[in-house]
Amino acid sequence: MSNPLISVGGLTKVFGDFTAVNGIDFDVAKGESFGLLGPNGAGKSTTMRILAATSTRTSGTVEILDKDPEQFGPLVRAHLGVVPQQDNLDGELTVTENLYIYGRYFGLSKKFIKGKIEELLEFAQLEEKRDVKVEALSGGMKRRLTIARGLVSEPDILLLDEPTTGLDPQARHILWDRLFRLKEQGVTLVLTTHFMDEAEQLCDRLVVMDNGAIMAEGSPSGLIKQYSSKEVLEVRFGSDRNKEVAPQLSQMCERMETLPDRVLMYTEDGEALLEEITKIKLHPTTSLVRRSSLEDVFLRLTGRTLIE
Amino acid sequence: MNAGIDVPQIQRFGALYIAAARLKSMSKWRTIIAAVDVGNPLFYLIAVGIGIGVLVEQGSGTSGTNGIKYIAFIAPALLANTAITGIMDETVFPTIEGFKWRKLFFAQNSTPITGRQIALGVYLAALCRAIFSVSIYYILLLAFDVVNFGISFLLMPIAVLGGGAFGALMLFAAAKIEKEDQFFNILGRLVIMPMFLFSGTFFPLSSMPIYLQPIGWISPLWHATELGREAAFDYGISSTMLLIHLTFLITMLVTGLKLATRQFETRLAK
Repeated sequence: MSNPLISVGGLTKVFGDFTAVNGIDFDVAKGESFGLLGPNGAGKSTTMRILAATSTRTSGTVEILDKDPEQFGPLVRAHLGVVPQQDNLDGELTVTENLYIYGRYFGLSKKFIKGKIEELLEFAQLEEKRDVKVEALSGGMKRRLTIARGLVSEPDILLLDEPTTGLDPQARHILWDRLFRLKEQGVTLVLTTHFMDEAEQLCDRLVVMDNGAIMAEGSPSGLIKQYSSKEVLEVRFGSDRNKEVAPQLSQMCERMETLPDRVLMYTEDGEALLEEITKIKLHPTTSLVRRSSLEDVFLRLTGRTLIE
Repeated sequence: MNAGIDVPQIQRFGALYIAAARLKSMSKWRTIIAAVDVGNPLFYLIAVGIGIGVLVEQGSGTSGTNGIKYIAFIAPALLANTAITGIMDETVFPTIEGFKWRKLFFAQNSTPITGRQIALGVYLAALCRAIFSVSIYYILLLAFDVVNFGISFLLMPIAVLGGGAFGALMLFAAAKIEKEDQFFNILGRLVIMPMFLFSGTFFPLSSMPIYLQPIGWISPLWHATELGREAAFDYGISSTMLLIHLTFLITMLVTGLKLATRQFETRLAK
């Protein structure tokens, strides 16, 4: 990658006798939307805090805009917008007061911030809530405000830690739309998520993380192509029978995963496979043919599901 | 990055940005703060000046207090104690809130602002609160004719210095502790209460048994009170002792701030 904005090599973070991040490497290019996908505890948030130039690393190298964040913390942070996992807004202050105070931490002029606030309120669809205390906002609104706050300094890189965790489906879709707009404007996004649909929607490229290590790297479609089949047939026989019929099913497809509640059969043609199963008189209680997703990639790589 | 971001300027003035934000949050509580800062001295001046003071002076006159009215004798201590509790409120709660309850410090630290600047900003805003509380108290002391207008205005900076010394240590302690419930219990019962009672507040420290006097020696309240008595009433304290009081408070303040700023940096970088 020529002149990446972020360059990470052999990054390791140890807390006591626990290794949260274990020698990971990746680069992020300008304008790219880059994701860290993995289950809770994979080391994503720890990595994000190091990228945000707030947490220190145990070993390895990190360069953000050609600077070591540990040596040049304030200088690096001047270029970043940070959206943490937990909305750390000041609940006693109003929406605009939160944006204003945060802008002042970047030393921005009152005049500039006042203008910027109007733009951000529109972006976050919070115009009508401008003078409302933050503690009275819904979860989705708080999230949008936290993202708007991260944009007040017009950052080169926006870091988002689990941007839609805890939101209802509608609020998630609104948020994805907002993030997609930023991406179109050329803002470099780095985000962590344990939702495979979110990673597929927002990321140009991603790494799959588990236990502090990177298991695979690529574009969502590239990873699916590399680690999974075109289609997946999901069949359920009831929790006791799933295991019983598993040996018979496994001979009928390229690869198979037996989960507690269902059996996943990987194939190029799901419908045809389902027909074959019916022919040998194994009648599943329910069946579903779908295309492969990042969830299947993760299952293949780790033998576990993303959300447990 | 926006072109208006001037990192060297933030490195110079960051603590002031934090202090401004803290004062904005405090201003949301202005009615309660004002009520406490006026009500508290009023209660004391009435209860002690009219009630206990009369009783003490009937018993022993003013012989135990170097010829000073009892209410005037305890006034410098009340003033310093006001600074101490004011600064404590504005360092302990915001710090625990910032690290734990609402994690506001982590938001501030994701800008060019450093942990050191956050600590100093919280401290500066707490000093402002103390100056406000002490000023109101001083005005009431004048109104109740407890002190005379003049050199006694020195009571105010002395009280703020005493509060500042204690507040710097509290800033460190609040940043250090993980479990705030126990901390509040220990602080209230084993630090604030004994300090208030045994720092020569209501009677000279020398009238206590010698084994209790060390409580006063390590108490910023005692040092500030003695300095205040000398400033306001020519209490007859030697210049050596005055120097010791002043040195003690300044050392406590500087050490507390050093520990606090380092602890803020460490905890934010975890």
